Amino acid sequence: MATKNIMIVGVGGQGTLLTSRILGGLTIAGGYDVKLSEVHGMAQRGGSVVTFVRYGEAVAEPIVEEGQADVIIAFERLEALRYAHFLKKDGVLIVNDWRIDPMPVVIGAAEYPENILETLEKEYKIYKVNATEESRKLGNPKVFNLIVLGVAAQHMDFTKEQWYEVIEKTVPPKTIEINKKAFDVGYTL
Amino acid sequence: MSEKVIMLGNEAIARGAYEAGIKVSSAYPGTPSTEISEYMVQYKDTFYEEWAPNEKVAAEVAVGASIAGVRAMACMKHVGLNVASDPLYSVSYMGVNGGLVLTVADDPGLYSSQNEQDTRMVARAAQIPVIEPSDSAEAKEFIKAAFELSEKFDRPFIYRITTRLAHSQGLVELCDREEIEDKPYVKDIRKNVMMPGNAKLRHVEIEKRNKELAEAANTLSINTVEMNDTKMGVITSGIPYQYVKEALPQASVLKLGMVNPLPRKMIEEFAAKVDTLYVVEELDPVIEEQVKSWGIKVIGKEIFTVQGEYSANMLRKAILKEDLDIKSPADAPKRPPILCPGCPHRSVYHVLKKLKMHAAGDIGCYTLGAVAPLSVVDTTMCMGSSISTLHGMEKAKGKEYIKNWVAVIGDSTFLHTGVNSLMNMVYNNATGTVMILDNSTTGMTGHQDHAATGKTLQGDPTYAIDIPKLCRAIGVNHVTEVNAFDLETLEKTIKEEVARDEASVIITKSPCVLLDKSKKPLYIAHEDKCKKCGMCMKPGCPAMTKNADGTIHIDDTMCTGCGLCESLCKFDAIELVKAGE
Repeated sequence: MATKNIMIVGVGGQGTLLTSRILGGLTIAGGYDVKLSEVHGMAQRGGSVVTFVRYGEAVAEPIVEEGQADVIIAFERLEALRYAHFLKKDGVLIVNDWRIDPMPVVIGAAEYPENILETLEKEYKIYKVNATEESRKLGNPKVFNLIVLGVAAQHMDFTKEQWYEVIEKTVPPKTIEINKKAFDVGYTL
Repeated sequence: MSEKVIMLGNEAIARGAYEAGIKVSSAYPGTPSTEISEYMVQYKDTFYEEWAPNEKVAAEVAVGASIAGVRAMACMKHVGLNVASDPLYSVSYMGVNGGLVLTVADDPGLYSSQNEQDTRMVARAAQIPVIEPSDSAEAKEFIKAAFELSEKFDRPFIYRITTRLAHSQGLVELCDREEIEDKPYVKDIRKNVMMPGNAKLRHVEIEKRNKELAEAANTLSINTVEMNDTKMGVITSGIPYQYVKEALPQASVLKLGMVNPLPRKMIEEFAAKVDTLYVVEELDPVIEEQVKSWGIKVIGKEIFTVQGEYSANMLRKAILKEDLDIKSPADAPKRPPILCPGCPHRSVYHVLKKLKMHAAGDIGCYTLGAVAPLSVVDTTMCMGSSISTLHGMEKAKGKEYIKNWVAVIGDSTFLHTGVNSLMNMVYNNATGTVMILDNSTTGMTGHQDHAATGKTLQGDPTYAIDIPKLCRAIGVNHVTEVNAFDLETLEKTIKEEVARDEASVIITKSPCVLLDKSKKPLYIAHEDKCKKCGMCMKPGCPAMTKNADGTIHIDDTMCTGCGLCESLCKFDAIELVKAGE
């Protein structure tokens, strides 16, 4: 099997680390070699954050490079736009239809691009979900990332049971049920 | 085969140190090295680990443990090694008793650092051997080699990693801990007391040891040759090895596990077997320049950069001259790191900005006060430098010149090296004002305890240094504590203290908003009452956005209820709708 390349992009604090760790756990359970790359420290403080997950028979570098991503999971529209060119030709982009203004936009030094999803749709295969709204319906807006992950799971080769198992192992014990529920919402959308 | 688990590079180092039988570890947090110590806590019943106030202290603690006869480690980031360079250069002469390893994390690409220095250069200057792993599995294994060689050759070792290794995860096979018997302590002042007569002899001795080590490097199992096509040979080490394997699978590769001293014979033999030879190393041409000095033809920084991280695509372009069909990135506004919603630093900077103050800054989250819209911080150089920088400005231009200046420094950074600078201010009759932004943690590295938090690395209760008392003991007569969100008192205090012709300290005491895990209060903005004046937007809270009509919206998923916006609104358009718990 050729190495699969997945990216999770978002804004620092949105839970990209948790999501990449769930993916990492999943690929190990699948018996693959796996490497993950994360961002810690200053860059995490509300900045643009990207994490990489690579799995296959034998993985060398821990990063995904431009033109190589099979799947990009974007937790925010502008971040989807920023990293979309990392997708390979038939790659899939899953976007949380949500906007968080970066500081240059907040202070009026830059404008938040209009019609990001429409622009991206012309070039890439994209699946959008308003996971932040959906998670509100579940009563916990913090679990939106599991909804996005549920959508992504539809485009990956793991069973629902495998996903459940790794979610149970990775998220804090008190939040297992709500996270599984959130995953289901995305998985059935 | 034993169990394989996925581990962060830093976690693998902690595990490797455990398996290598270490007994003492000391560190100061610094991205990307911080998690090593945090992952060590799980072994607290087996060996001792601690947070030290700075890297010099940490290194000296490890040296002491080594002298006492046990395997010991200190961990730090690259710039932390600068702080520890005083013991580094001298312990190089002393050598070790128990194995001694300093794990030092470089940051190519400056993810969270003030410079891009290459630890291998420092190691060469201090004549310290360096071992470098290339993934999590090696991170765990190679550290054992570092301890063994340290004891065998009587040399302290540097274990060099980079951000990409520290913060990548890979599969690791767990082994049992090796129980190492303590080395007997033998009093030997010629080895352990570095006064001139002894040091002169030790210098001769370590030159000899390093030569022996360089010879041994030719047969070390951590230096490996993978012969493939002989048209192209690559010498590499660390993370760049992984990029070489991705981009140049056909090339022959000499992979160095030990990057100082270099295995000259091994390199010469490898060079003789290949037609074209490249050195692929991030940052400085450390391997390249030595190989070139031996008269070997090698291509390196002529085609590679000394800045940032490498990648497989970079090698494909530079070596294979491949025209990669890569789309250019879309034109997207940048998203730089920012102070979190509810951060007490924002409130302090808002007041400083209102008063048109300049700040000599320091290393921490509060460095972000340099950027718009706060734009208060004028200088940031290194840990603890804010206070001494302000002092230097005063001595250059006089006390009136700094009446619109303060130094800003965090609690952890103050205890790291800021405290020395405050002594200097008092000693030399300075009149400046130092603001200690005390958020009760080491914030930027991800919330580590320190000597004033009342908790050890293991989370056990301990004495908490009283920072106000410490400042008074140093001789600062005017030490004022203010709540960071009490804008009125804060403004009044800053005005009073900068006007004073005597050194003063203002401590803004408000915990990091991320420390408090309880349910936060929530504010909403009433569009009908909003006069669109923009006052509440001034401090640049990321939870606030402008609607199309100019009124304000507060994002309920981000608001932490600090109330700064409410206190700035003169029209009661912002209301507390949910109290905290």
